[in-house]
Amino acid sequence: MSTKYLHVHKLRRVYVWEKPVRIYHWLNVVVLLALIITGFYIGNPLAQLSTKEASDRYTMGWFRYVHFVAAYIFFFNFLFRIYWGFVGNKYANWRQFVPFSKKFYKEMWYVIRMDILMLKGREHMSIGHNAMAGFTYFLTFLAFLVQCLTGFGLYAAMSTWWFPKLFAWVPSLFGGDIITRQIHHWAMWFFILFAIVHVYLVFYHDYVEGRGEMSSMGGGWKFIEEEVFERNHHQTPNPTKDTK
Amino acid sequence: MNDASVKQPTYYEEVERKGYSRRDFMKFVSMMTAFIGLENSAIGDVAKALETKPRLPVIWLHFQECTCCSESFIRSSHPIVADILLDKISLDYTETLMAASGVQAEQAMKNTMTKYKGQYILCVEGSVPMAADGVYCMIGGKTSLQILEEAAEGAAAIIAWGSCASNGCVQAAKPNPTAATPIHKLVKGKPVIKVPGCPPIGEVMAGVIVHYLTFGRIPELDKLGRPKAFYSKRVHDSCYRRPFYDAGLFVESFDDENAKKGYCLYKVGCKGPSTYNACGVMKWNNGTSYPIQSGHPCIGCSEENYWDNGRLYERASSFAGFGIEATADNIGKAALAATGVAVAAHAIATNVRKKKLIFELEKEGQKSEKELES
Repeated sequence: MSTKYLHVHKLRRVYVWEKPVRIYHWLNVVVLLALIITGFYIGNPLAQLSTKEASDRYTMGWFRYVHFVAAYIFFFNFLFRIYWGFVGNKYANWRQFVPFSKKFYKEMWYVIRMDILMLKGREHMSIGHNAMAGFTYFLTFLAFLVQCLTGFGLYAAMSTWWFPKLFAWVPSLFGGDIITRQIHHWAMWFFILFAIVHVYLVFYHDYVEGRGEMSSMGGGWKFIEEEVFERNHHQTPNPTKDTK
Repeated sequence: MNDASVKQPTYYEEVERKGYSRRDFMKFVSMMTAFIGLENSAIGDVAKALETKPRLPVIWLHFQECTCCSESFIRSSHPIVADILLDKISLDYTETLMAASGVQAEQAMKNTMTKYKGQYILCVEGSVPMAADGVYCMIGGKTSLQILEEAAEGAAAIIAWGSCASNGCVQAAKPNPTAATPIHKLVKGKPVIKVPGCPPIGEVMAGVIVHYLTFGRIPELDKLGRPKAFYSKRVHDSCYRRPFYDAGLFVESFDDENAKKGYCLYKVGCKGPSTYNACGVMKWNNGTSYPIQSGHPCIGCSEENYWDNGRLYERASSFAGFGIEATADNIGKAALAATGVAVAAHAIATNVRKKKLIFELEKEGQKSEKELES
């Protein structure tokens, strides 16, 4: 390699997001969009007038149908992602999300200082998720759980299948369907706010790091500087045993 | 006072004595069998039970309530329900309908309690105020809690009759000044059957008693302690306006064209989709009608906290702690705007604070580009 090019960073291609993670991600995008749109409609349907007989129309029925189908896909996609958190690569591992170690908190604090409070210092260069992002995804998993529990809990009464019936205890836990429905509605806003911040931060990281953050969820690759590679070379899959 | 050794007449004997025909009796039996969710073949069992078993002694207590439950009960669809089940049974003790008063009335209750210890059914209408040592509701010098505890001790089963007894109802609305408490939170070790509704349907009460009489045990209850036969389906599921819901045709306001056409009342706040009750099937006042049929949305009166869970004529409810106008969507929109502002501010700050970094990245890229060209 010619020394002529030493002044520019040598980037190394790292396969960060495996195909199942990418499929999970984009399926989640589609399904969540469907759930939010149909959910809003179910919550407050449009005024319609029709000369047709009610029996010839099924507008609300279709919206609900799409909502329920999307909910099933969402749930099993979510289950699959949890499974992949145990068998996937280190960037997909559950340890990336659950703040168990002191190092996790330290990194979170560092990300807050660098990326949110914009303090000066050495940029934080993570390969997969940074700790702050991982923790936020952990919160989204909790929100997923809340939506699945309340959603299937509300759905249980109109289903004859045993699976939704497993959730029949949920509304009685909160004290009835009215309040359960409200929790389901409130929690939906978390997804909307999350999506905005999430998409913005992907732009942000791409912009200030120049390592292909935006496209990484497409092909699965990120590009890391040789120094970052060297620094992380001996890192074990478990960030708790990491050396800085 | 009643002599304990005198054999209680059976229900059928009472029916005959009241002048009902056998045909009337059998009509009542088949109706009750259908209501409590039994098969046709069980009609014989129910008839036999009512013919052979002595009437169940019932003590009916009234605490913090409006007596709409009793009113509902005496208007149930078959006259035998009120005439025999209520009239005969509950005359043992029920403040509203008994002839006795004062010391005699209290004595009558005591007699029933000792004579039928472990056999009588205790019906409680109303919630028990626990604040200020229970002074908000006292009868005969005793607090509601004292009366309840005494009466519950020898009861075979307790029916929490109506929303007050089942979940506290309106007087338990925030801030619940009297600390109105539902029965199941006060009585331990006795089966409590919740029959919520404001008021509940009279036949449900009769159904519970007939079920107990026929099988000698309380009916199957759901997770919230309500009889499954009456509370396992939502009002929405048996609503005759449901096709309009599925079609997406809704009443927008009470005086619009859609209201005249009888469209679904979902958008004017109908709580039918969240309310478990048998109104759509059994209806009210001898099966005449029920709220939705008369053009009024279901207010969810048999659901816990329906008075605090948002407004009666709107689907959206106020967000706890954010004031009455703050629905989930209003809060959501405000949060959305705040997020938008925060993102924009962050984007600007990024370009200022990380100017050097971005500049270097750009320069590096430009350099590579130039070298490529050269």
